[in-house]
This record gives sequence, C-alpha cells and structure tokens, in this order.
Amino acid sequence: MSTAIKWFWFASPQTFFPLAGRVAVVCAIGAALLGAAGLYVGFFVAPTDAQQGDAYRIIFIHVAAAWMSMFLYVVMAFWAAIGLAFNTRLSAMMASAIAPTGAMFTFVALWTGALWGRPAWGAYWVWDARLTSELILLFLYLGFMALQAAIDDQRRADRAGALLAIVGVVNVPIIYYSVQWWNTLHQGASVSLTRAPSMATAMLWGMLLMALAFWLYSIAAALARVRCIIRERE
Amino acid sequence: MIAAIRCVLRRDLLLALRRPSDVATALLFFVIVASLFPLGVGAEPNQLRAIAPGVIWVSALLSSMLSLARLFAADHADGTLEQMLLGAAPLGAVAAAKVLAHWLVAGLPLVAIAPVIALQYDMPVPLYGTLALSLLLGTPVLSFIGAIGAALTLGLRGGGVLLALLVLPLYVPVLIFGAGSVDMAAAGLSALGQLQLLAALLVVSAAFAPWAIATALRISME
Amino acid sequence: MLFRGLSFTLSDGELLRVTGANGSGKTTLLKILCGLLAPEAGEVRWRGQPIDVLREEYSRQLVYVGHAPAVKDDLTAAENLSIACTLAGVSAALQAVRDALDAYGLPRNEVPVRRLSQGQRRRAALARLLLSASVPLWLLDEPFTALDTAAASFTGELIAQHVARGGAAVFTTHQDAPISSAVARVIELA
Repeated sequence: MSTAIKWFWFASPQTFFPLAGRVAVVCAIGAALLGAAGLYVGFFVAPTDAQQGDAYRIIFIHVAAAWMSMFLYVVMAFWAAIGLAFNTRLSAMMASAIAPTGAMFTFVALWTGALWGRPAWGAYWVWDARLTSELILLFLYLGFMALQAAIDDQRRADRAGALLAIVGVVNVPIIYYSVQWWNTLHQGASVSLTRAPSMATAMLWGMLLMALAFWLYSIAAALARVRCIIRERE
Repeated sequence: MIAAIRCVLRRDLLLALRRPSDVATALLFFVIVASLFPLGVGAEPNQLRAIAPGVIWVSALLSSMLSLARLFAADHADGTLEQMLLGAAPLGAVAAAKVLAHWLVAGLPLVAIAPVIALQYDMPVPLYGTLALSLLLGTPVLSFIGAIGAALTLGLRGGGVLLALLVLPLYVPVLIFGAGSVDMAAAGLSALGQLQLLAALLVVSAAFAPWAIATALRISME
Repeated sequence: MLFRGLSFTLSDGELLRVTGANGSGKTTLLKILCGLLAPEAGEVRWRGQPIDVLREEYSRQLVYVGHAPAVKDDLTAAENLSIACTLAGVSAALQAVRDALDAYGLPRNEVPVRRLSQGQRRRAALARLLLSASVPLWLLDEPFTALDTAAASFTGELIAQHVARGGAAVFTTHQDAPISSAVARVIELA
C-alpha cells in the first residue's frame, strides 16, 4: 500500500522536480564514467580488424546509438500512451522530453554509419536496411516534435503527439520488416552494415559499455529536459 | 450505425460530385508528377521501364496525400464536424465512411489511370494486372493512414506540409510492398507474397485506423 | 481561465439562459455541456451519470446548434436537414423535412445553401429543432443572431413549447431573448 502511495506521490510534477534533479546528476556521472570506459575499450583495447582496419571501430558507437534510438522511441511511446490513457501531465512531459534525445541518437547512428561506410564500402551512404530504417525513424521523431511545436494549446499538443507516437510505435516493426525485405530485393546480401559476423569480444564489450553509457545519458538528459518543461509549464 | 455510415458516404460522394474540379485536380497531379520523372532522369526506355512501378506508386502516394489534407478541413470549418462528434453513430464509423468516400473519389480513379502512365513508361502489358491490384489494395491503406494524419493536423498552420512529414514515413511499407510486387512480377517471380502483405495491411488498417482517427478528431476538436 | 466555481442543476421543463459579454465563456460553457470540451476541473452529469461515461447515449439526448450553422454550402437546405437528422439518430421523412423548412419560411426551390442569405442559413440550421421534439435537451448558442423579428419570435416560441412539454433548454445570448411565454433562469458569466 505504501509503495502505491509513493508511486502516485511522484506522479505530480512538483514533487517529481527535485527527484529528477538528483537522479539526473547521478546518471550523468555514471554516463561519463561508462562512456569513458567504453571509448577506451573501443578505440584502444579492441584489436584491429583484419579486413576493415581501424575504421571499423566506430561501429561500437553506431550500434549502441542505433539500439538507443529504437529503445527510446518505445519508451517515449510508452509514456505517451500512459499520458493519453490516464490523463497524467507528467507522463506527457516525459514523452516530450525524451524525443529530442532519441532524435539525436538516430542522427548519431546515421552519421557514424556514414563514417563507417566510406572506408568500408567506398560510399558515405549505402541504402542498407538498418541505415534506411534509422532514417525513417529520424523522420518519425522529427514528425513528433514538429507536431507538438505546431500546436499552441498544450493539452492538445501532448495528446496529439501521444497518438502519433502510438501509431508510430505500432508501425515501426512493420517499417523495419518492409525495409529489410526491400533491401534483399534490390541489393542482395552484399552490402550490409548489419553484418558483423565475427566481432572480437573486446569490441562487443565496448559496444555494451557505450550502450549503457548512452542509456544513462538519455535518462540524465530526459530528466533535465523534463525539469525545464515543468518549470515552463507550472 | 449502418444508416449513419450510408448517410455520410452518400453525403461525401454527393459533395464530390458537385465539385468535380477538386477531384480532377488531384488526379491531374498524379499524371503531372509521373510525367516529371522522365524529364528529370532522361527517357532511356530500359531505365524508364525499370523505374516505372516505383514512379507510379510514389505519384499515387503524393496525389492521395494531397487530397487528404482537405478530408476534414471543410467539415471543421462549417461546423458539420462538430455535429458528427455529437452524432448518434460512433465517431469511428463516421470516420471510416469519410475515408471510404475519399478513397472512392481520390484513390480508385488512380487505379484506373495508372495503366495510362504505365503505357507512357512502356511497362510490359502482363504487369498491368499486378500494378492495378497492388494499387487497389494499397490506396485504401494510404487513405486510412493519411486520415489519421489529417485528423491530427486539423486546423494547424502549415497543415499540408506537416501532414506530409507525419504521414510519409508511415506510408513506406505500403510503397515498398506495392512497388515491390510489380518488381517481383517484372523479374518473373510471384508477386503473391507482397500482394498478400498489402491485403494484410489493408485489413489491419481498416480495423484500427477508425479508432485512431476518431481519437485524433476528438483531440483536435477540444 | 474563463470561469470557475460554476455549479447548477437543470431539471425537466426548465429553461436556462446564459448571458455575459463577448468572450466571457458562454460558448465554452455550452461546449462543455455538450461534451465537446473537457473542463479543467469538475464534471457534467446527465440523469446522475457523468457524460464521458455515457458518450453516444448522452449525445442522442441532446441537440446542439452552435455558432456555425453546420450546413454544407453545396447541398440544399432539405438535403442538409435530412443528413443532420440521420446523423443525430432522429427519423426524418421527406415530408417532415419539407414541413420544417416551410415553417421557417425557407424557399421551396432546391438551391444550394451557398445562395441563401445569412438569415436564411441560420433558419435552415434551426429548422432542425422542429424535428427534435423528442430530444430532451436543447443546447443553443446564440440562436437569435442574424434572425429577423418574426423568425426570432418563432424560434423563441419553439423553445418555450419545448420547455412546456417537459424538455430542457439552455441558450446563450448577449441580448434580450424574445421568449415571452416561459420564464428563464439566468446565469451571468462575468
């Protein structure tokens, strides 16, 4: 019973505000530490790849960013759905707070993918399945942010964005699957950044560390942003 | 509920009949966009034949989206949309009726005109059937998904472009399976898988989109 | 924040008039009563139950005539009226529709509403009331605007008769209402 009360206590933006601040600071520090560790492992510890040389090292940032971008979209849609169903203001604010971070990671994934593509395949952009899906995901994030920005009434902006996020999250697997199929139809299995069959264990560790670092960073950034939103609105 | 659906369907079709220019411009847009591509990429026959399914699909997609912007706008402006929200029939049913009317007026004619464009691109005649079928299955899905976007962007400034940004990413699977089915047929393989996927998308969107459209309309009208 | 602390009950046979200056929230109040807008705090109940639970059941029990005449310009008045009735779940035979439009003095020729004057458009919208005798609650937003004296007093009579029959009506106006045969409670929004 007491846990239930505690839960709803923090559902109020006013009481959530200080908690968010403390958690954000802790996560930011954690993110910095793990990020440094991940970068060290990825850039220095992991061995040079036989085929791709040192240029492939960027993959650990690319894959971690791609994971985060998809994960954050689901989390954003989750908070949006809660906000829509239970009419809670804080959930809607969380969804709006997560969006820019998610969009940023999508952009990072695309950018690092291009940086990897150039030395590996000779072109900055290959219409690889994952890169194309990331591009569409970026449009979904930008659409969410644009819709919220275009609506003056706060309540309508929250709820419209929420519905869009829900429709988006349902479509993401369909989009992913269709782009996968499209890729095999037009290019065969030759060009693919998703294939990294034998990755050194050290590199996998690097990826994991970066993913955790990104996750903590996302929490810190989203909480910091939600504090700004709370201050703005209340 | 059936009476309301029939009523709304008849009403929208009657309105479209009394303003045929609205319908005609959207179809003309389809033809113009499709005609632009050869001017842009050159008229080499093999190249045109290869890009034909994609070009026709993209043009159909853009034309459908253009006409969707107006789906709820007129009703919103003269107050009839409010009355639909207060009506005796579920809003989802009314929305579905409007989408159906929109498809009959803006989607189905595309299926009829597509062979003419295919002729321009010298598409082999056996592919016409697959093209028509893919459009027949895909354009209603475009109408359903686009209607969600139209309902969300109701009355917003920058409406048309914002609608495009919201809706085009969601259109991607339909485009891929639609154009892909014709490409498969062109390669001599069976297009059945893709057409079945389109049919599945149609069933799913017909089942869930009305709820989403009704929710979006209520959100926009508050 | 338009108004706060507003609370009232409307019973059968009661007429409520909401007055106030422009921008005082009369239309907003009416939309909240319809269920089109959600209030920031508080609730609306119909026969004891909250209206957001009742949804369509509640909608069927009311007629709302808002600021906009809610008619399609490209359709005739008769077509508009039968569509409005079908959507509201009210049966409307062709003859009944004709009679309602005649009672309001609308021309018999089948012209699209676009060609009618402002006042005629308003009358075409209000003609719906003649077919809504069985609907308990009438919510009318500024029903007398753009009407000439004859049409205004005719509308006033309709409202009074509805209330006398046991229905309830809420109307907003910022001018004097030409309803002589019924006494209205008044709520003034500051």
